[in-house]
Amino acid sequence: MSQGNRRLDLEEVNGVTVARFTDKKILDESNIQIIGNQLFSLVDDDHRQKVVLDFTNVEYLSSAALGKLITMDKKVKAAGAKLRLCSIRSDIKEVFKITRLDKLFNIFDNRDKALEGF
Amino acid sequence: MSTIEDVTREFEQIIPSDTAAGQSVQERIIQMLEELRFEDRDVFGIRLAMEEALVNAIKHGNQMDPTKTVRIACQIGQQRVRIEIEDQGSGFHPEDLPDPTADENLERPCGRGIMLMRAFMTSITFNPTGNCVVMTKDRSEPEPETPAGESA
Repeated sequence: MSQGNRRLDLEEVNGVTVARFTDKKILDESNIQIIGNQLFSLVDDDHRQKVVLDFTNVEYLSSAALGKLITMDKKVKAAGAKLRLCSIRSDIKEVFKITRLDKLFNIFDNRDKALEGF
Repeated sequence: MSTIEDVTREFEQIIPSDTAAGQSVQERIIQMLEELRFEDRDVFGIRLAMEEALVNAIKHGNQMDPTKTVRIACQIGQQRVRIEIEDQGSGFHPEDLPDPTADENLERPCGRGIMLMRAFMTSITFNPTGNCVVMTKDRSEPEPETPAGESA
């Protein structure tokens, strides 16, 4: 990764890239920018076809972070790739529900369920 | 504008148009809420609403102009929190914002901040110019204790 510290822990599981956010808080403009760029790089540079975003560590995220996820979703679709989200704690799941983004994203309770049949 | 009875913590702070300064004010308020043992979900909602309001003030209100500042006034009582955030921008009309949950707007990357503030706070009021927001949050009832051995 080129931009500063790695903000995603990557793991390959049977052809699926599991990207786990390392930050507890996906807040603050510069932070979100870096995380966004590292996310986009998975599709733009590495051409990964199946990506699971693992939110296990994430305690907070803001609407600006949601914006990056939406852009990621668009990039994934444009590349003919697939994206799943997993392990989102209940407070943050509420954020997805309120914004109706739970309709846009495929959200799974945990990593195993996200990997199942992917 | 709503008022707070039995204020136990109170401060006013002027910060530059810099999101890092906004983060440090957030931390100050969160620490006070934790000292007063507000519920985790209240702290989550207040932090999220503050983040959205401060980003709006710094980026959209003051346009990151280093000559402009943001004023934050915070009062915390036993039952209610009141946070006022004022920028030096020209303001806006929140009623003019498109509904971010409409099908045609669902894939737009921006425009969800005010909605999240409304969802997680008890009340949100803008002044007529739209450069000052007052947010209040009433303390939630404590969650019932989960018996030992059972998962939540």
